[in-house]
Amino acid sequence: MIQIENVHKSFDGHSVLKGVSLTIPEGKVLALIGASGCGKSVLLKHVAGLMTPDQGRVLIDDQDIGSSKGKPLRALRERLGFLFQGGALFDSMSIFENVAFPLKEKTRLSDALIRSRVFDELERVGLAGSEFKYPSQISGGMVKRAALARALVRDPEIMLFDEPTTGLDPVIGDAILKLIDACHQKLSFTGIIVTHEIPKVFSIVDRVAMLHEGTVKAEGSPQDISASEDPAVQAFVGKEFREA
Amino acid sequence: MTYKGSFATLRPMNAVRKLGAYTLGHLYRMGTMGLFLVRMLAYTVIPPVKLIRLLKQIRFIGFQSLLVIFLTGAFSGMVLGFQGYYSLSRFGSEAFLGPMVGLSLIKELGPVITALMVTGRAGSAIAAEIGIMRISEQVDALELMGLNPYRYLMVPNFLAAVICLPLLTSFFDVVGIFGGYVIGGKLLGVGPGTYFMEMANYVEMSDIMEGIYKSLSFGVIISWVCCFKGFYTSIFTGFGAEGVSKATTQAVVLSSVLILVWDYFMTSLLF
Repeated sequence: MIQIENVHKSFDGHSVLKGVSLTIPEGKVLALIGASGCGKSVLLKHVAGLMTPDQGRVLIDDQDIGSSKGKPLRALRERLGFLFQGGALFDSMSIFENVAFPLKEKTRLSDALIRSRVFDELERVGLAGSEFKYPSQISGGMVKRAALARALVRDPEIMLFDEPTTGLDPVIGDAILKLIDACHQKLSFTGIIVTHEIPKVFSIVDRVAMLHEGTVKAEGSPQDISASEDPAVQAFVGKEFREA
Repeated sequence: MTYKGSFATLRPMNAVRKLGAYTLGHLYRMGTMGLFLVRMLAYTVIPPVKLIRLLKQIRFIGFQSLLVIFLTGAFSGMVLGFQGYYSLSRFGSEAFLGPMVGLSLIKELGPVITALMVTGRAGSAIAAEIGIMRISEQVDALELMGLNPYRYLMVPNFLAAVICLPLLTSFFDVVGIFGGYVIGGKLLGVGPGTYFMEMANYVEMSDIMEGIYKSLSFGVIISWVCCFKGFYTSIFTGFGAEGVSKATTQAVVLSSVLILVWDYFMTSLLF
């Protein structure tokens, strides 16, 4: 379970998060929506322990990730998978090496087993045949899928997705969302998806939270959020619905 | 009038405030840099060392620098051969060309020029590589896999630099001494016996060790500064390609300056 308790964060005197509190129960997926620059990715980085809050805390199974250091922090992160907005693949490694890297470094699996596991994972995300290409040789959608394979290869308990469909065409974007949903069905991870894909993302998540001016403006089931009469929520969700 | 008056009082205060912020900023950077070195040294002595990555960096910093070290060593020795011969011949002391070339190279020019060459060739590349990894979130990805970036990125570079610098310096010295002999011995007529025997008489083991100690410390400086500048790219030098470019430039400039400053202190201590 992920508990975000009263998290505040400022950069150079500018407040980005002003007391955000959210709870994501085990096995559930939350979509985090909101206007660009409202602090969604910043909040996600707090959950991953890449940033520490100025005030408040983020608990992962009752363990404060912000105050954890050294081995306890690494142990917490080993349970996490993170899909970066740009993929963050190691550009000097092939797709195969990228996906195999966490297995080689953090498990004692044999080379043959790692090879078969990586090939399976790449097939699952539709990258069979591109194993030995480098990140610079493949498209943006393929980079996202390779990054997803790398994030999922160790069967994480918690998955964090930072705008997984940004910059992709609608067909590839849909395919990525379906892939995330299929992986969730299989692995039952607890997840947070930062996204602008409204209403498409509503069909694959359990809860939706909207960040507005540094606070949680609305939280509930996708149906609750769609039916919300709050003007700020309507201005955002309603507009997206109309465009869809 | 009131408006102008308030500006007049504010300007000196703003200047003091800016000076204070500038000083604090520099102190913060120096402290961060010091802590970075401590962490890098700590993870160097705490196993495991990533052996494959270490060998890769030894190949990059050491083996791939051999050609540039050969060329700079040969031409530095040849210049010393010319300059030394003409200077010594004024006093009728051409026979001491060997010791002059040997001591100059072994104690001073070898370690310093080798370190400056490695900074330009490998140090800049290290800073750029880590900087690009930082801005493209590859360092964050490493951390999120539960892996320690110091162990993966800094320690192999640090160990490779500390291992390679003395070896490259020795190679530079040998090539330089033969370069000096080609000019002094073959071109200007100082016999090989005189050149090498006088060198053997005057160059002592302590002179050779002085050069080795210097090159070891230069290895620490290069890996420390270049890894630090790359690792803190988005924090201290800005974002994107411009941030990486600034970090790389700063890494080369700061390493080169520190090498020369530290060389002075080492020479004073070991003189």
